[in-house]
Amino acid sequence: MSTPTPPGLRTRVESLGGSFLSVLEQAGAFLLLFLAILRRLPVLFARPRLVAAQVHFLGNYSLAIILVSGLFVGLVLGLQGYYTLRRYGSEEALGLLVALSLVRELGPVVTALLFAGRAGTALTAEIGLMKAGEQLSAMEAMAVDPVARVLAPRLAGGLIAVPVLATLFSAVGIMGGWLVGVGLIGVDQGAFWSQMSGGVAFYDDVLNGLVKAIVFGLVVTQIALYFGYSARPTPEGVSRATTATVVVGSLAVLGLDFVLTALMFSGF
Amino acid sequence: MSPSSPLVFSNVCFGYGMRPVIDSLSLEVKAGEVLAIMGGSGVGKTTLLRLMTGLVASSSGSVSVFNQSLSGVSHQDLFAVRRRMGLLFQFGALFTDLSCFENVAFPLREHTTLSEQMIQDIVLLKLESVGLRGAAQLMPSEISGGMARRVALARAIALDPELILYDEPFAGLDPISLGVTARLIRRLNDALGASSVVVTHDVAETFAIADRIAVLAPGKAGARLVAVGEPTSLRESQDPYLRQFLKGEEDGPVGFHYPAPNLSDSFFGKASRP
Repeated sequence: MSTPTPPGLRTRVESLGGSFLSVLEQAGAFLLLFLAILRRLPVLFARPRLVAAQVHFLGNYSLAIILVSGLFVGLVLGLQGYYTLRRYGSEEALGLLVALSLVRELGPVVTALLFAGRAGTALTAEIGLMKAGEQLSAMEAMAVDPVARVLAPRLAGGLIAVPVLATLFSAVGIMGGWLVGVGLIGVDQGAFWSQMSGGVAFYDDVLNGLVKAIVFGLVVTQIALYFGYSARPTPEGVSRATTATVVVGSLAVLGLDFVLTALMFSGF
Repeated sequence: MSPSSPLVFSNVCFGYGMRPVIDSLSLEVKAGEVLAIMGGSGVGKTTLLRLMTGLVASSSGSVSVFNQSLSGVSHQDLFAVRRRMGLLFQFGALFTDLSCFENVAFPLREHTTLSEQMIQDIVLLKLESVGLRGAAQLMPSEISGGMARRVALARAIALDPELILYDEPFAGLDPISLGVTARLIRRLNDALGASSVVVTHDVAETFAIADRIAVLAPGKAGARLVAVGEPTSLRESQDPYLRQFLKGEEDGPVGFHYPAPNLSDSFFGKASRP
């Protein structure tokens, strides 16, 4: 005679299975929406103004926070880098350390995290509220495809804005490192810049950092659009969606950063 | 069924998941008429409008608009049908980041290649027809709910549609706006040579402007039609549901109270408290 399964265990297994199926379903919906937007991206070549407006909107939203954060990260890097390098008598390499840290890692990653928190949540709330206010349904009823008219320009906008913001973040960060290293501590100015220009490779460092920023921009913007588009059309639904954008967007950036770093810099 | 009927429902059934909403409904909108669809709150009137625009698909039966069945229709064909329709949403659904002018201009910019001057002329004419030319540059947040609905109406008729659908156009309007809106619906329908479907539960105004009225009643398998006809014939009907609905009576086939345990049981502890 077989022993019956305890009801508590059965409930837990069912709940676990239900959660797994729900995650799988969401992942499928995310991918389908992404493909739907990708299919409509070529339409934007005929209407570049829609994309320009989004680059302007998303860029403006995050510009101040990106520049200020970049400056502070650069200042801290300058200080920490100097005290670490001094142990080995390599203070002149401060410029190289600051530049490589920013261009390879901190620029794209921190920019994407800040973008998810600032512009990403704004995107999710905007799309969610458009849905709650029946604006997306109104568009459909007017024979205007909301995926092409609303989502595609925003994805293209994020794709363009994040690399530009990451570049600005790195540039301002390097200026921060220079202010601390050269301006305050007294590291040799010539050594600071020459070590940097000699040690930072365009393809291996700058371009790989830019590729990271492009990937992060695409992923974070798509996550923001997905959660906004699939939000329940209620205040609580929109609130949950914006939270999900920050949490999932940030985790995705950090996880992808590891994968991309392994692929780009470890020779896998 | 007349071949010139812009909209035909044939035995349409629809439900959200396991919950049935529409039960085997057949209905026709004749060319040039104003057809009102009436029924209690939550009976499925707005769902009917969503079926008419293809925003949801029927589970069985067929919805045919301009002789094009919406069952299994391609995206392009559905959009081609929608370009000939105008839909007024219950709360207007104006784009909150665009001014009243830009809201009305939106379908013109999306579907035509008209010059900016021409678009400006058309938009101002449409806003004039709803009495809001002076509010062209205001944002939706700067106008009242009634005005927002009139701007939305101007947007719905921007492309001179052949079929105009109105979702609760009288809800929440003051008596003056209500009368003006009702007459506007009739006037626009006749001026554009269009057909109109007005979903509402406002009896007096609807009976004043509609050519025919269809009344929906709730049923176990979803909403069903209990009467279709001209206002005078419906007024004389002896159908108990219709009489209760038109006269707003508490006693009748539709109970005022949601099903609940006996009152004394609820108060004296025999039934579980909420």
